[in-house]
Amino acid sequence: MLLTSIGPVLAQGPDWISFDVGALADQFWANTVDGLAYGAIYALIAMGYTMVYGVLQLINFAHSEVFIVGAYALFFTLAALGFGPSSPDLPLIALIADLILAMLVAMLAAGAVAVLLERVAYRPLRRRNAPRLAFLITAIGASFALQYLIFAWRGPNPEPALIMFRPEPVFTVFGAPVDSQQIVIFVAAILLMVVVDQFVNRTRLGRGLRAVAQDPNTATLMGVNRERVIVLTFLIGGILAGAAALFYVMKVPAGVQYNGGFILGIKAFAAAVLGGIGNIRGALLGGLLLGVIGNYGQTLFGNAQWTDVVAFVVLVGILMVRPTGILGESLGRARV
Amino acid sequence: MTTTPTPAPTAPPRAAGLRGLRERWNDLPRWQQWLWLVPVVALLYALPVLNPPLITTEPGTNFPIALFDAARFALLAIGLNVVVGQAGLLDLGYVGFFAVGAYVAALFTSPDSMVWKIPYLWTLPLAMIVTMLAGLLLGGPTLRLRGDYLAIVTLGFGEIIRLLATIVGPLKGQVGFQAVGRPPGTDSTGQPLFANSDGTTWYWLVVTITIVVLVLVGNLERSRVGRAWIAIREDEDAAQIMGVPTVQFKLWAFVIGAAIGGLSGALFAGQVGFVNNQKFDVPTSVLFLAAVVLGGSGNKVGAVVGAFIVSYIPNRFVELAGYKYLIFGVALIVLMAFRPQGLLGARQRLLTYGREAYRRLVGRPDQVASDDPMTAQAAGNPGGTNGGPVR
Repeated sequence: MLLTSIGPVLAQGPDWISFDVGALADQFWANTVDGLAYGAIYALIAMGYTMVYGVLQLINFAHSEVFIVGAYALFFTLAALGFGPSSPDLPLIALIADLILAMLVAMLAAGAVAVLLERVAYRPLRRRNAPRLAFLITAIGASFALQYLIFAWRGPNPEPALIMFRPEPVFTVFGAPVDSQQIVIFVAAILLMVVVDQFVNRTRLGRGLRAVAQDPNTATLMGVNRERVIVLTFLIGGILAGAAALFYVMKVPAGVQYNGGFILGIKAFAAAVLGGIGNIRGALLGGLLLGVIGNYGQTLFGNAQWTDVVAFVVLVGILMVRPTGILGESLGRARV
Repeated sequence: MTTTPTPAPTAPPRAAGLRGLRERWNDLPRWQQWLWLVPVVALLYALPVLNPPLITTEPGTNFPIALFDAARFALLAIGLNVVVGQAGLLDLGYVGFFAVGAYVAALFTSPDSMVWKIPYLWTLPLAMIVTMLAGLLLGGPTLRLRGDYLAIVTLGFGEIIRLLATIVGPLKGQVGFQAVGRPPGTDSTGQPLFANSDGTTWYWLVVTITIVVLVLVGNLERSRVGRAWIAIREDEDAAQIMGVPTVQFKLWAFVIGAAIGGLSGALFAGQVGFVNNQKFDVPTSVLFLAAVVLGGSGNKVGAVVGAFIVSYIPNRFVELAGYKYLIFGVALIVLMAFRPQGLLGARQRLLTYGREAYRRLVGRPDQVASDDPMTAQAAGNPGGTNGGPVR
């Protein structure tokens, strides 16, 4: 009955879903370039999900709130440094110094919240050897507690926009201009992820982390301090979320809002699953892919909110076809 | 089963009184239990008319409407309890099914929509069918996977339903649908029996439906299906080895839960008389989860109690309403840390063996205490295999 009743509706009335293939063809390269910049941000956040998942097999729902705490820290730092809705007139060196300072503060705040969260919410459960469901419920509870703590403090409206610098077109790819902002975000995010990848794969602490991800019991027997590794994992995830906050606010100046991280978190998690959860390079690949796909979807369907729908459909699709993601799972085995 | 003579932790004295009461209750024959329930149910039906002081939510909120809210919340919580408490599947997008149910009712009855019109009462079963299909569509691919993927997929689903309601033209976004249908009938003055401004009749309708659903779900719990759900919740691998078709039963739990959510949504749409995209956000979904976990996941009476608390407190203490998400978010963390079985812990595991076995075990209250789904692994077998994230 439903189908037969939808039939006539499709013929008359406004469109249920409209496609605009022409727009997608026109803006294909511009979408790709911009999608890569967004994707780099997703990837940075996805790192936090993927590393915690790799070590604890836990979806840390509260990671999106770790990110938004970083965004608030960034906002207050930049506001204190005199940034506002109009782009500041600063020499390049001073601008870079300001941005790096703000990023460090955001990293510090987000990292601290991530570690605190681990201490307060997850550690008591681990002590008690609680079932998986308890961890997930705690995670979602923590996510909401943090979100509405910010809500109680800052109210429902987004903070005023912060413009860091005007994006200037630098060069073109197939006719699509690439601006300085996109380049900064993309290069800096990739750089950060390479650093973390090298840290995990080359240092002693990183080896411990991989060992715990592979087999916590054996790793403990071999003298790895599991608790310290777990704290380290949360810390790295938080720091990267803090960095992501800088790039996100750069891209979406008015994005600092109490629930601003929530959907972003779902998308970042989708990116992590797309690339293969628990896999650091997978997070990068998944993030970039999701950024680009989301942008295509937005142009194709003609509404920015379709980005989220597309990301979600990609998540379900990947889970159906290849649940281990493109590059395969497991932080422990992710050596190449 | 954890019948090994491990020294279980002694029950805290505070809970002893409650447990004594519960034992006495369980010792009663079935017909006496039913008899005791009669005055309770009668009182439930009389509540909106009595409007007792202290309990009443006025002047903040109209009391019958607050009661209707609590009742539809209870219905939702019973449905979600099947998914989360019985089968152990974390559904964070339950509001999505609620929304689908509400939109079905609105689309097929509101003059604002372009779809065929049908009488309101027919939308209730239709809403259940459509939400079941939605549950099948969502659960089919994801229930085959590890349980935690389901959490994030359902979370996304809840958000996507809201987004679709916003961006798909004929669903009318924030403008929404006015004048959603209502059950037929007028009183002596010609006013409709089921008015949007008066919750009393609606409350009676929902309470009746809730009782029917409670009985049906209770029978399911005691059947082969319920035993399969509990087996899956406790250890999915073991259940599969023992021949339980796990995916099929998980899908059933998911779909039945979805249908109850859709039913509640359709009732909600009817009472409010207006549906738009504003009331179906994910925080609401977490509130539903908080109701189930607070009351005691796996215990349908607990779910009802939890639902009452979650919906009643913001209505009764209006000054707290703005902080309800914060309060119940913190409550989730605190509960998981200190009382994971909720206010009224479940005893479903014993139902597996019927009342006889339960009565035999009543002599050992410690054993009963360690049978709660959330504490079982911690208290019972520390060396046993469990699904915990870290050994």
